[in-house]
Amino acid sequence: MTILAVKNLRVMFKTEHGEIAAVDDVSFDLKQGEVLGIVGESGSGKSVSALAVMGLLPKPPARIAQGEVWFEGENLLHYTDRDMRRIRGPGIGMVFQEPMTSLNPVFTIGDQLMETVRVHQKVGPKAQRDRAIEMLARVGIAMPERRIDDYPHQLSGGMRQRVMIAMALICNPRLLIADEPTTALDVTIQQQILELLLDLRDEFKMAIMIITHNMGVVAEMADRVIVMYAGKIVEQAPVNELFARPVHPYTRGLLDSIPSLDDDRDRLKTIPGTLPRPWALPPGCRFQPRCAFRVDACAAAVPPLVSVRAEHESACIRQDELVAS
Amino acid sequence: MADGVATMGSVPARAADPKPRSAAWDALRRLLRHRSFQTGLFLFAIILAAAVFAPLITAADPNKLAMRARFKPPGLDHWFGTDNFGRSQLARVVYGAQLSLMIGTAVVIINAVFGTLLGAISGYFRHLDNVLMRVNDAIMAFPAILLAIGVAAVLGRSMPNMILALSIVYIPRTARIVRSSVIVIRQMEYVQAAVAAGAGHWRILRRHILPNSMAPLLVQLSFLFAYAVLTEATLSFLGLGAEPPTPTWGNIMAEGRQYMREAPWIIAIPGAALAITVMALNLLGDGLRDILDPRLRIQQ
Repeated sequence: MTILAVKNLRVMFKTEHGEIAAVDDVSFDLKQGEVLGIVGESGSGKSVSALAVMGLLPKPPARIAQGEVWFEGENLLHYTDRDMRRIRGPGIGMVFQEPMTSLNPVFTIGDQLMETVRVHQKVGPKAQRDRAIEMLARVGIAMPERRIDDYPHQLSGGMRQRVMIAMALICNPRLLIADEPTTALDVTIQQQILELLLDLRDEFKMAIMIITHNMGVVAEMADRVIVMYAGKIVEQAPVNELFARPVHPYTRGLLDSIPSLDDDRDRLKTIPGTLPRPWALPPGCRFQPRCAFRVDACAAAVPPLVSVRAEHESACIRQDELVAS
Repeated sequence: MADGVATMGSVPARAADPKPRSAAWDALRRLLRHRSFQTGLFLFAIILAAAVFAPLITAADPNKLAMRARFKPPGLDHWFGTDNFGRSQLARVVYGAQLSLMIGTAVVIINAVFGTLLGAISGYFRHLDNVLMRVNDAIMAFPAILLAIGVAAVLGRSMPNMILALSIVYIPRTARIVRSSVIVIRQMEYVQAAVAAGAGHWRILRRHILPNSMAPLLVQLSFLFAYAVLTEATLSFLGLGAEPPTPTWGNIMAEGRQYMREAPWIIAIPGAALAITVMALNLLGDGLRDILDPRLRIQQ
């Protein structure tokens, strides 16, 4: 069952360079229990897409110029602020990147967890507290009945991220959006957090949309992957397919730049150049100035996302040749 | 799943320190160890005690005239001497402290309430910001004393009017400070996280933004207390405060001014009381600022 469907989303931002499209005509969907990974560099539009789904874009400067966001059969873009508040929490939960600053320093973690319950459910303080303790235990915090009265500064980064996950999950959301949930953490803690998310997915049958620039995280977590570049989706495929047979030159570049244990290379491959400024996009394909497979036709038109194989789409005019090679 | 690193590191620490300490409690403890805060607290405590225990300190009526005891210099009979009508200076100065502190307290409370309200609304609901802050700027464009003189002159001489005049002058300044910290705090990730958890505007303001914006306000209010006391004395001195013979420090100094050469204690003693009060409050404010300033806190 499809739980989230984003159709032709275009998000514009007002800047000193005029209005720019941070997300340009992006469509994707997500089924119940599925983990969708969205990868791309900083500024590729992945976080903006997530914030648009949550209705958390700062307006102004942001504006949704076009598109639909369907969540369980309702177009969230038509929702009022009040309706959105009912969705946030029990419908869609969100985990942010910075565990160090995502908890309010003046309240105990129990206060903050219980508050989230209180916003959405009419239950007494005892039930709220029990629920908070249960959730802390569920995300792997030892001695939750004592930890619940701690202030955020008494916890380590990994524990705070667990608390954040507990806060996002305490109302049993059907969809969890995790925006770079492990970027600020040590690798060992990263691993634990990712495993935790997968366990919780299995337990609560929720869908997860995980946003990251880390291909390793994607390989571990995602069922399906979307690769974004300069506000557009350039490739979309199931995770094994993407890693085994990447088509788009940008995806290939990303995969080539991951160090590998099996392969002793002195230098890692890199993609030359940088992401174009959104107010100075190149003509045609946005990746063409950096692309090793560039031909003159690349600058002529923006290539559409077309099917390569079943469930595998890519946006490159030379993809038939690339698949053959 | 075991959280090896985090749990191992923190459990023994908790055993030694079983009580969770809030940031506010921590700040209070550090404040009481801060040198200039201690000095300020000590001086302010003296003034406050004088005001609160005024009837115990002296049995004299601050307004009782005694023509035979005029211009008595400070001595054993009259600790602070007497003025041109033979009134006890000690009584007048301690009852004056009462009035000064009452006015200061009232202005601080009114500012804390309305300045916070105005600042929070402007900082949080950005579409109202422009209108509110332009009105604010217009009031702030007048020098504080000049505006206070104007408002006091229009309203007439009385204690409530004095409090009102001082509040009108200082609320815009307080609102600015609250607004700027609200603008910073509303961008914090925990505010976003609260929005993402479905919290409404009121809850976010009350629970997440205001408690975290209080530090600069607290510092401002301690300075504001000093300004209010000083401005009140200035207005009284200029004849715009409470009607004489009400013993405000400004009134006492205004009357004593003509006898400055012959009886300098009449003007010097309330002047010293005023200076001590203002200094005490400034020291308190400095201490608060040192402890509560987030930039200093990060270094620790």
